[in-house]
Amino acid sequence: MLRTERLNAHYGQFQALFELDFQVKPGETVSLIGANGAGKSTLLRSIVGSVRVRRDGVLLNETAVGGDSERKQLERGIALLPEGRRLFPSLTVRENLQLAARNGRPGPWTVDRLMREFPVMQAFQHRPATALSGGQQQLVALSRALAGNPAYLLCDEISLGLSPIAVNEVYQLLGRARNEGLAVVLVEQNVKRALAESERYYCIQKGRVVLQGASKTANHNQVAQAYFGL
Amino acid sequence: MAVFIETLLNGLMLGALYALFGMGLSLSLGVMKMINIAHGDLIVLGAYLCSTVMQLAGVGPFASLLAVVPLMFGIGYVLQRALLNRVAGKAALSPLLLTFGLSIVAQNILQEVFTADTRSLQAGDLALQGFTVGGVSVGVLPLLSTVLSVLIFAGTGWLIGHSHLGRQARAVADDPGTARLVGVNDRHFFALVTGFVLAVIALAAVMYGIRTPFTPTAGPERLLFSFEAVVLGGLGNLWGTFIGGLVIGLAQVFGTQLSSGLGPFFGHLLFLVVLLARPQGLFARVQR
Repeated sequence: MLRTERLNAHYGQFQALFELDFQVKPGETVSLIGANGAGKSTLLRSIVGSVRVRRDGVLLNETAVGGDSERKQLERGIALLPEGRRLFPSLTVRENLQLAARNGRPGPWTVDRLMREFPVMQAFQHRPATALSGGQQQLVALSRALAGNPAYLLCDEISLGLSPIAVNEVYQLLGRARNEGLAVVLVEQNVKRALAESERYYCIQKGRVVLQGASKTANHNQVAQAYFGL
Repeated sequence: MAVFIETLLNGLMLGALYALFGMGLSLSLGVMKMINIAHGDLIVLGAYLCSTVMQLAGVGPFASLLAVVPLMFGIGYVLQRALLNRVAGKAALSPLLLTFGLSIVAQNILQEVFTADTRSLQAGDLALQGFTVGGVSVGVLPLLSTVLSVLIFAGTGWLIGHSHLGRQARAVADDPGTARLVGVNDRHFFALVTGFVLAVIALAAVMYGIRTPFTPTAGPERLLFSFEAVVLGGLGNLWGTFIGGLVIGLAQVFGTQLSSGLGPFFGHLLFLVVLLARPQGLFARVQR
């Protein structure tokens, strides 16, 4: 189980997270809901080591792992899929995946298998990654994250700026990975989608959890209130 | 005509050495986004290390590389890990100030240890050998240094294009934050790059030391030539740096023909003219 315990995070003088408790079990999908600047991305970035936090703030299977580098967290099976795709323009599609595969863990998701899953990606594998459309780029970005064979994948706004068809394709690929036991944390601006895709949800406001529960029985009015902070 | 061709060849061969000087600068600029002002002093350090190893072990300049190349790699790794990583990724001014200070310290240490006397690396018979093709005489040593330079550029180009290290280098150059997310440990990786840069500097230093006598204060001028090669070729373009080096070398050698003693001046002049016409350099990568 991956969890945070009384996690605080700062950007210089500014405190972004306050004593935040959060957890995701193996194979589970959890969504984070909240307005811009609520601290959702900061939570993800704190877990993977992009934001420095106290060691005992992040626990993997009850071992304190907070503050370690991104590389170490990848080796433990925790990966972040950053907002805005962030493919490397100087690398081809295939090289983007190769890089992550080489630095990640061995497992079922090999570069060749990912290529087979997406004939489009295979066709473009020797093109620069940024020559693809937005939706295709998001699929490559997700494939790049999967190539490291994580056990916990933290996804930051994977549907942002994509067409509805592209969003469905991205969630289809994610669904296949979830069926094979991947645990997912979703930051998603589309609240309906977030609740439909997840088993549990957390509403975060100004760096604190204000509401949490099972996604199936979520009360939309309560979630909306927690979202807007009314 | 034979004189013209000879001058042309000399210019190209001198340029290949300048290109080798520039390569390290080009790599640290491309991968780490930092300009190392102490680059020239490190070239001089490499030459002094060769000279010292030659004296101690009683070997020739090329054999001394067996010790000096690994030594320089180690110095580069430690330098980046202990010092330069503190400013890598910061605004442009911090690395400039730090390496400017490093340059002054390096010059003074060299002066203290090796005195201000001029030294040169003796290559023995090899330095005098040459052959004549169709009335044009070519020195073996400059030719060797040119071939070595081309090989190092080709090898480095292949590494960047086809190896895991090269993919990491391009990823870090594109987007350091995301590169960390796919497991590139940039502190260790930057140290490897600087180690590699200093190993290449060691190779360049031997060619330089055989060709030209050097003193502890010769660094800044080497830096200037390296820098001109990099900027002329276009920032972040490896083969651009190679061509840039050739252009500076040609300008200097033809300039010396016009007026002996003014060779470097013509190099600088051409640099300024090209910069006025193409501020982005001859082969700048297109900005996306």
